[in-house]
Amino acid sequence: MAKLPKPEELSKIDYKPPKTGCGWRETPVQFKEGMYCFGSRPKYLEEVGFPNAREWKPNEEDWKLPENWKDIILDGLKERLEKYRSFRLFMDICVRCGACADKCHFFIGSGDPKNMPVLRAELIRSVYRKYFTPGGKVFGQWAGARELTYDVLKEWWYYFYQCTECRRCSVFCPYGIDQAEITMIGRELLNLIGCNTDWIAGPVANCYRKGNHLGLEPHAIVSNLEYMIDDIEEITGIRVDPSFNRKGAEILFVTPSGDLFGDPGTYTCMGYLMLLHEIGIDYTWSTYASEGGNFGFFTSMEMAKRLNYKIYAEAKRLGVKWILGGECGHMWRVVHQFMDTWNGPADFLEEPVSPVTGTRFENAKTTKMVHIAEFTADLIKNGKIKLDPSRNDHLKVTFHDSCNTSRGMGILEEPRYIIKHVCNNFYDMSKNATREKTFCCGSGSGLNAGENMELRMRGGFPRANAVKEVKEQHGVNMLANICAIDRAVLPTLMDYWVPGVSVCGTHELVGNALVMKGEKKRTMDLRLETLPGMEDSEEEE
Amino acid sequence: MYIEELLTEKKRVIVRKWFDLTIETYPEETRNFLKTPAEQSANPVAETIHSALQGLFNGIINKETTGTGVASYLDNVVRIRAIQDFTPTQAVGFIFGLKDVIREELMNDVRRHGMYEELMAVESGIDRMAAAAFDIYMRCREKIYDLRANEVRNWTYRILKQSNMLREHEGEGI
Repeated sequence: MAKLPKPEELSKIDYKPPKTGCGWRETPVQFKEGMYCFGSRPKYLEEVGFPNAREWKPNEEDWKLPENWKDIILDGLKERLEKYRSFRLFMDICVRCGACADKCHFFIGSGDPKNMPVLRAELIRSVYRKYFTPGGKVFGQWAGARELTYDVLKEWWYYFYQCTECRRCSVFCPYGIDQAEITMIGRELLNLIGCNTDWIAGPVANCYRKGNHLGLEPHAIVSNLEYMIDDIEEITGIRVDPSFNRKGAEILFVTPSGDLFGDPGTYTCMGYLMLLHEIGIDYTWSTYASEGGNFGFFTSMEMAKRLNYKIYAEAKRLGVKWILGGECGHMWRVVHQFMDTWNGPADFLEEPVSPVTGTRFENAKTTKMVHIAEFTADLIKNGKIKLDPSRNDHLKVTFHDSCNTSRGMGILEEPRYIIKHVCNNFYDMSKNATREKTFCCGSGSGLNAGENMELRMRGGFPRANAVKEVKEQHGVNMLANICAIDRAVLPTLMDYWVPGVSVCGTHELVGNALVMKGEKKRTMDLRLETLPGMEDSEEEE
Repeated sequence: MYIEELLTEKKRVIVRKWFDLTIETYPEETRNFLKTPAEQSANPVAETIHSALQGLFNGIINKETTGTGVASYLDNVVRIRAIQDFTPTQAVGFIFGLKDVIREELMNDVRRHGMYEELMAVESGIDRMAAAAFDIYMRCREKIYDLRANEVRNWTYRILKQSNMLREHEGEGI
């Protein structure tokens, strides 16, 4: 928050206008290694029809832009100002009170003033003033306006890819200015001239062609799941038998592809498989709608819409009644806030009703898609599954609220409710770092690459710091979450800042605690690690 | 009179000035935020630095300038500065700020009581801390590269294992 001047300071106000020529507006950005992602490869842009596909490197002088790049950006800005009333408001109404300034995890972790949300927005707002407001046109710098130059464009790229669109700042903004939407528009404009990142463009192209970010083909998806099914059998003695692309199933299950591939996401996926088998519902996986996440959301609304469409198209093709979704972050922001507008109404689907409890999910009335945390919490509330939380007694668990599910759609209680029923040791982090005030993992919105590791460690520091507090106070050793990107990036964050804390999805804990009908005595957890106290049982076998 | 007594007497002022000097290494627009007291979770960089500087200064007073206690305080600060916009010198250089502050605060008393040798001993302690800080800085930087390599390995681990393409080396991992 801006410092309130004292009376004696106020009496010394210098009425001369501020100097120009040495402030942030004129300071060109310096590209620092570790702080930015690689530029997108042309093949990825070509695959989805994005403009200006070419080889380029962000730290090189020449970005190989089209000659009329400035006109493209300004026309794009004009179009969006007319299209999105919210965007024009966000450009006009900020009073620079500073309430957002110290709420951004990147600013807190880096100390770079251009990471203050107000200043990040000002990067684009200053250009808006110059070309679209009478004050800016006439008074220029005196009115906070500036020309759109090559340097300004580079600054946009550098800083709009240092925002994870987490929206923590908007919680504190008295006007509700949504910095995430400003970043989204900023990135959309940059995409008009082919300025994307390889880490985002690759998954977008993969998802467009093959249905998921990782580019897993149908046989690879099935084989990955079979590998997990083997592990489940080893642990429980039960062979679960999911179906794929089955027409006429009641429910389509869609989860982020990270759960199919990388640890610890795979353990979460094993939890889904076990739970859905145990309650015996009529559901199917799809190898085509095989991605809940949507990296298109980090390029443009149009691309996000194209990638999202496959979920409804597949639901229609298979003739299911409704859709159940796995643990993911931005997937749910897309589903909750955009899917119905883009690709709805899904009037060929039915309002979701749990086949086990009969609960009607009225919150999903229009999207027809239910988050598995809501679904499982409802099962537990109605006593439909048997749980032995003592199997998680070796874990002291805390919960990281993913930005998109907490601030984006208000899933705050359900995961905690689940964790408290499947674990005996749960400790919440500080109120300033949880629920709607949660700190981002520092790697969301497509920033989870490897080459920008310093950026990720800076952005994740406030989150890690809050974990460190509960580790020191309660001996916490497990950080649970409901987001695939969290599961991919938090282990690395913990490794740097809070060694000794592991990361898991909430349904991994469910899978550990779930007492399945006819299962053998559990001696291992889902990671195939021996449960404490079961060392002798293993030897006997 | 011993120099430790003077240091203890002026502890609050010295730590405050040392903290301010350290915060001066951040951009001007950021300093105000870092100097504003807040909860640990709201301003973790400033709070971590402040608490570590207090711990390190206690180490100077108690003549404990090496060992795990000091290393832990140094680690808390250096781990942050190793991933911020600092050169190696800047990242660990904040430690030498303590010399300037102590000289500024104690020089009159040192002259009056002829405590030059004691002052030199204190400054040697600060040098030892600086040397240890550089080791920690290097470990943090190496860790960053480890993290990058480990992520790539973890992404491919399952698929390689499934394809029986992994060979376990005893004691070496994969």
